[in-house]
Amino acid sequence: MATVSEPANLTTTAAGTKIVSLGAEAQLHQGESNTKRSLRRLLKHRMAVVGIVLLAFVILYVSIGSLIYSEAYANHNDPTRKLEAPSSEHPFGTDSIGRDLLARTIYGGQISILVGVTAVIVSLTVGTAVGLASGYFGGIIDTVLMRLVEAALSIPQLFVALLASRMFAGKLPDFTIGGREFSNTLIVIVFAIGLTSWMQLSRIVRSMVLSIKQQEYITAARALGAPSWRIVMQHILPNCLAPIIVAATLGVASAILLEAYLSFLGLGVRAPTATWGNMLFEAYENLQIWNQWFFPALFVILTVLGINFFGDGLRDAFDPRSLK
Amino acid sequence: MAQYLLRRVLQTIPLLVLISFGLFLLMNSIGDPLSVYAESRKPPTGKAREELIRRLGLDKPLPEQYLVWLIGNDWMLTDVRGDGTLMEPGTRHGVLRGDLGTSSVTRRDAKLRIQERLPNTLILMVPSYLIVILLSLSIGIYSAIRQYSLLDNIVTTISFVLYSLPIFFIALMVIYIFGVQFQQWGLPSLPVAGMYDPREPETLGGLLQHMVLPVFCLVAIQVGGYVRYIRSSMLEVLSQDYIRTARAKGLEERRTIFVHALKNAAMPLVTLIGLDLPFLLAGAIVTERIFAWPGLGRLFIESLERSDITVMMAILMLLSIAVVVFQLLTDVVYTWLDPRIRYT
Repeated sequence: MATVSEPANLTTTAAGTKIVSLGAEAQLHQGESNTKRSLRRLLKHRMAVVGIVLLAFVILYVSIGSLIYSEAYANHNDPTRKLEAPSSEHPFGTDSIGRDLLARTIYGGQISILVGVTAVIVSLTVGTAVGLASGYFGGIIDTVLMRLVEAALSIPQLFVALLASRMFAGKLPDFTIGGREFSNTLIVIVFAIGLTSWMQLSRIVRSMVLSIKQQEYITAARALGAPSWRIVMQHILPNCLAPIIVAATLGVASAILLEAYLSFLGLGVRAPTATWGNMLFEAYENLQIWNQWFFPALFVILTVLGINFFGDGLRDAFDPRSLK
Repeated sequence: MAQYLLRRVLQTIPLLVLISFGLFLLMNSIGDPLSVYAESRKPPTGKAREELIRRLGLDKPLPEQYLVWLIGNDWMLTDVRGDGTLMEPGTRHGVLRGDLGTSSVTRRDAKLRIQERLPNTLILMVPSYLIVILLSLSIGIYSAIRQYSLLDNIVTTISFVLYSLPIFFIALMVIYIFGVQFQQWGLPSLPVAGMYDPREPETLGGLLQHMVLPVFCLVAIQVGGYVRYIRSSMLEVLSQDYIRTARAKGLEERRTIFVHALKNAAMPLVTLIGLDLPFLLAGAIVTERIFAWPGLGRLFIESLERSDITVMMAILMLLSIAVVVFQLLTDVVYTWLDPRIRYT
């Protein structure tokens, strides 16, 4: 059913019949590896498959699209043809300075997704490191780090992200990778988002570490004389991966949203680099023309929806309590 | 209990110090606080500039500036000229004595500016939050009782979609439909900007009209998450033994659901509401911006654009204090509601 997203799901349906059917199914899949089981469950999860399809569509759109339209075309403006409605020449119409909206959603999408993924890498690194250190070493390190997390969580994220993007704005140079020119605000945004969204993850990792630390195999590893870093990296971290992957997946969605919010408030990625967020910011001036804001917003929604569906499915698939 | 309370209250003090110091450092790295004077007709130069810096205490190390922000400087003398010839007492009372500082950009008291804007944000947020709670409770409970019915499936899907929608999409869409298209079709359109019509006297009716669209948007984005939450927590409770017992002893279904089940299902909801309430103050920056609503969120954006550190600091401190206080309240209410939890 489509409602597998509830954690309470197992206990809610008629428990008796479920256990009988589980027995048969569990036997069917005996000796299956964890990864394989998770993958099988994920593909059986209807919402997750919808999510995968949505994401595949968006990724194909931004990658194949860039083969058809060049970036120069996306940034090419023709003031005589501004604010046009969709036509065969410009399928999505043109923006306020006559740029093709279709090409801009393609290149804007690449940047939005890039920002989302790299920001999550930043928050993942910080969050995991803090969580591991806090959980493994305990004591004063744990107290200090968790107080910091608590303090950071008490300030609304959007406000801090706004402050951070303002703080770094203009302090970095524009840069070029692979012949494409990027606005310096791109890095600013990645760090502004990444450094304000690691706190929840560090709490999750910490609680995982605290329970894993008590397991016999950790004691065994220590008895064999394994150094701390080895225990953490080889024995603890791999066992925390499931919740980290889920958090990272859902994190990409919220990072893309946050980028859109920041850009919409005028503090995001600036020209010449297009993103869905700053396209919306520019469209705000011409609200009465629907195609200006509809397409970038639509792509943000498809992406976020796809990631959320997929992430929810991942969470269920990794959940060892559900034995399907 | 009293001991637990006392300990929790005492724990919030270092937390707030940590938050405020962190914010203070962040604010001071944003930009030159004197940059506002550069745009004035007679920017202070040379000696005047140095005197200004000393008067504002900007020559002091940051921890000292932080202390001044915290407890004021009216009890000590400032050496304005730097050679001991002109000693002036400071003018600030410090945050702890209720002085949030005077903005060097607008020359106005930060507290006054917040007092102007905060009610506007609350006018928007409180009704929408009440609607969210009422709506999601009724939908969530219905959905849980009729699990897997057609309506439940529709509700679950819609709430998931709403939950993933960015607010600006809903906002732009309703503005486009009700503000722009309705006007073109000659239908009565709804106002899309501000709190009152500037051409008309400020009436309650006018305010209500202006509230319709932003409140609708705020409800739409929040309700999905709450429905999901209430539905799943209700489902969990409904599968418990004591519900079966209640039904087995012949209790009315209505009583079973609304007294036995809801009471227990509402427990986690208390936490959720307690953690979300302080963010009502923060308002929705984006919503306020789209609908040109003169609330706290817009004040923050305006201050950010003009590097108005004093006002930004005041807003963020207000929010953080609200978060910390509500967390404490939630814990206390939880203990009081759930007799199984005993803190020592």
